[in-house]
Amino acid sequence: MNNPIEMIQPDAKTQARFEKIAQGLKKRHAASRRLKTYGIMAIVTAISFLAILLTTIISNGYTAIQQTELQIALTIPAEKLQNDDGTIDPVKARNFNWNGLIKKAFRAEFSDVTAMLDQRALGEILSKNAGYDLRRQIEAKGSIPVGEIKLWIKTSDDVDMLMKGRLDRNLDESQRRLSDQQIGWIDSLVADDRIRLVFNDTFFTAADSREPESAGVLGATVGSAMALFVTVLLALPLAVMTAVYLEYFAPPGRVTDFIEVNINNLAAVPSIVFGLLGLAVFLGFFGMPRSAPLVGGMVLALMTLPTIIIATRASIRAVPTSIRDAALGLGASRMQAAIDHILPLAAPGILTGTIIGIAQALGETAPLIMIGMVAFIVDVPATLTDPATALPVQIYIWSDSAERAFYERSSLAIMVLLTFLITMNISAVLLRRKFEKKW
Amino acid sequence: MDTVVDMAKAIKIQAKDVNVFYGEKQALNNVSIDIEDRSVTAFIGPSGCGKSTFLRCFNRMNDVIPSCRVKGSIMMGDVDVNSPQTDPVLLRARIGMVFQKPNPFPKTIFENVAYGPRIHGLAQSKTELDDMVEDSLKKAGLWGEVADRLADQATGLSGGQQQRLCIARAIAVGPDVLLMDEPCSALDPIATSVIEELISELQQRFTILIVTHSMQQAARVSQKTAYFHLGTLVEYGDTKDVFTLPKNEQTEAYISGKIG
Amino acid sequence: MDTQKHISSAFDQDLMILNDALQQLGDLACQQFEGAIEGLAMQNEANLDKVIKGDAALDALEAEINEKAIEVIAIRSPRAKDLRYVLVALKVATILERMGDYARNIANRTKVIMTAGNENIPGVNIGRMGQVTQEMVRDAMKSYQNRDAEMALAVWRRDIEVDHMHTAFHKEVLASMSRNPNMVGTGAHLLFIAKNIERIGDYATGIAEQVHFLVEGAMPDEDRPKADKTSKVVGT
Repeated sequence: MNNPIEMIQPDAKTQARFEKIAQGLKKRHAASRRLKTYGIMAIVTAISFLAILLTTIISNGYTAIQQTELQIALTIPAEKLQNDDGTIDPVKARNFNWNGLIKKAFRAEFSDVTAMLDQRALGEILSKNAGYDLRRQIEAKGSIPVGEIKLWIKTSDDVDMLMKGRLDRNLDESQRRLSDQQIGWIDSLVADDRIRLVFNDTFFTAADSREPESAGVLGATVGSAMALFVTVLLALPLAVMTAVYLEYFAPPGRVTDFIEVNINNLAAVPSIVFGLLGLAVFLGFFGMPRSAPLVGGMVLALMTLPTIIIATRASIRAVPTSIRDAALGLGASRMQAAIDHILPLAAPGILTGTIIGIAQALGETAPLIMIGMVAFIVDVPATLTDPATALPVQIYIWSDSAERAFYERSSLAIMVLLTFLITMNISAVLLRRKFEKKW
Repeated sequence: MDTVVDMAKAIKIQAKDVNVFYGEKQALNNVSIDIEDRSVTAFIGPSGCGKSTFLRCFNRMNDVIPSCRVKGSIMMGDVDVNSPQTDPVLLRARIGMVFQKPNPFPKTIFENVAYGPRIHGLAQSKTELDDMVEDSLKKAGLWGEVADRLADQATGLSGGQQQRLCIARAIAVGPDVLLMDEPCSALDPIATSVIEELISELQQRFTILIVTHSMQQAARVSQKTAYFHLGTLVEYGDTKDVFTLPKNEQTEAYISGKIG
Repeated sequence: MDTQKHISSAFDQDLMILNDALQQLGDLACQQFEGAIEGLAMQNEANLDKVIKGDAALDALEAEINEKAIEVIAIRSPRAKDLRYVLVALKVATILERMGDYARNIANRTKVIMTAGNENIPGVNIGRMGQVTQEMVRDAMKSYQNRDAEMALAVWRRDIEVDHMHTAFHKEVLASMSRNPNMVGTGAHLLFIAKNIERIGDYATGIAEQVHFLVEGAMPDEDRPKADKTSKVVGT
């Protein structure tokens, strides 16, 4: 039973052939290993660039998440603000010198500072918008606190920078934005525990401002969201209809070819050209409002259209023709075949294409600058025609500002933009997973 | 020993001088054929012989191919299939089609069968639609296997079941002719046998045209066989005769496996 | 027949047609043979004429079976047991048709003997031989119908009985012929009739072999016992 089986050995010629193949094998394996190494190297390089970029942005921007505040004790003169019935009179409140009140209270604490210039220097420690902030606070509260209260007031951006270590004390005084005297005051305040760093909620709730401590990213975010909303609303149906027509109805011929070539070309047109077009057509010809997210969205829609068309056509083509044949074979019209079967199956692909297009649009600055969305706007837009700016434009504006604090904020705004993008991409992946069907 | 009297059957479809061109290339050459009512007619021949192209003439599926032109007349009753006045949508409601690869819609089993009646507005109520679906699935011999899982995805069925689902989907519209383009080429032998048996049953109600690469299948399921070669109809006759005593040498060579 | 059904009901139907036709042919062949033997024993001319006329029906039925078998092979491409079944049907049909031919030959020769009018026919053994052969044919067909390889083997082994009887009868007729020169003509016919019956016995074993092949997929693997010594008998 257990006799060893005699196996047939290949003849000499075959053996020689095998040996020849084996000889070359080493070289071939080495080549594929080499290729693999190159690939890994490329990925490592790309990832390290990305890491450097992210590290820079985060290290520049993470401090903007906090804001320096200063504690002040003051008494609000209720009689100057209230009506007879005890409610706050809005007119009186608006006309009241809140800044003066704060400054006075602050100066009172430094009674040894009497010189005009020194007093002014002392005032520079406080935010220029401190009075405005206090008024808002009181108005929101609806009542005036009685007697002396201790308040936390925002400091100026220079103090903020000092506290965050972004202002070099060792520099010569003439090159510093804070004088030795000011630094001395601040140090004494710190010693008294009257300066603190708190979460910078202003950044997420306010629009742009001249003062970095009052500037926020909400206005730009809302502006971007509105513009993108318009973009999706316009570009998606237009692109899908165009793609369906080109794939299913367009008679083959020169005209169709011409359209196809031009759609592909359009995808490669620099975005600023779309901005110029928007400026000339939407603003110039139709007289639409400047700086409006509506117009911004329309321009971005034009820019995104070819991307979505190309993606949609590709995903329509990826639907097996057998599905189309099945529908047509049952007597469905072309439109029924497209709407009932092909588009639902192409939807994940269309969705991905749309998100890619939208993400591209989200990052666009140039066309928005052309239609005036670069303006300085201190209010969060409420409607599509309100003047607004967009996130990338806001980043551009801030990064161009002189104040160090704006630089820090533009980094944080970049993080907000990236979060926006990542959220969109994740939702794209999730939606795609949800709708993807196998056949 | 055959006591059944072979009655001459009525003609359901009459194709006359059908020529098909793909651009400049001629795919079919003056094909004329009479298709008997309620019988299975098989189209056989080597790849590229035009049999599938010919099949697709009957429900105008060639319309989908932009460069394709069809000439000649295909009369079904008093309807000229090939006339520009004939609406392909109406035509395809009368002539169902089953394709090479099972191609159920990626929807539920119920939705697959219900789709045809739905787009043509054939069912007045939900119960009527339910009945139509059940009836079609029964005729396609699938009801027993799927009755309790109509809401399941059709793509979860086996290949043979999917193909029978496609047959059920086609007959749900209520056609009187069924076109089958190599319906078993993607199936295993058992699933193939089941479909072939189904075809024999369907033959009681439908006129069936079937394209097949398997000569054995043609022999097994059809009463009439048409052999195509290079776009021409070489031989057409009773299947029994074509497979035991073909008149044409080319046919003989092909069915004997002697063509290079 | 098989209890398992084919998915293709038409295939089952074809096989059924083939089976029924073969049974019918078997019955006909048996009838012919019995008619011939009975006619021989009873010297009944009407019986004999019936046998002679009846042979055409066998030929026609055999042709039909051939045609159906070819059709089944061409169209259904039978495999395994189905293939053996169709091939066996072809062969058995041929054998049965041959049996019919022998039966007719017996009837023809009997009529000649009758016209010669010889009274002293040595007929004891030939009747018995015919009877055994008839049983063999019947059993062979029964074993076919029941797909019974054991029964087929029994038929196959039984042929030796016929061989023995044939040898004995052969000797008896030869003796009778040498005693009585008037018997030479009749005797020659009798020798042929006996030989025909013996051949029919051989054919019965042929059917049995086919049944064995059908059921087991192989011919019987033992040597068939043979005892036909007539080829070694010389007149005394």
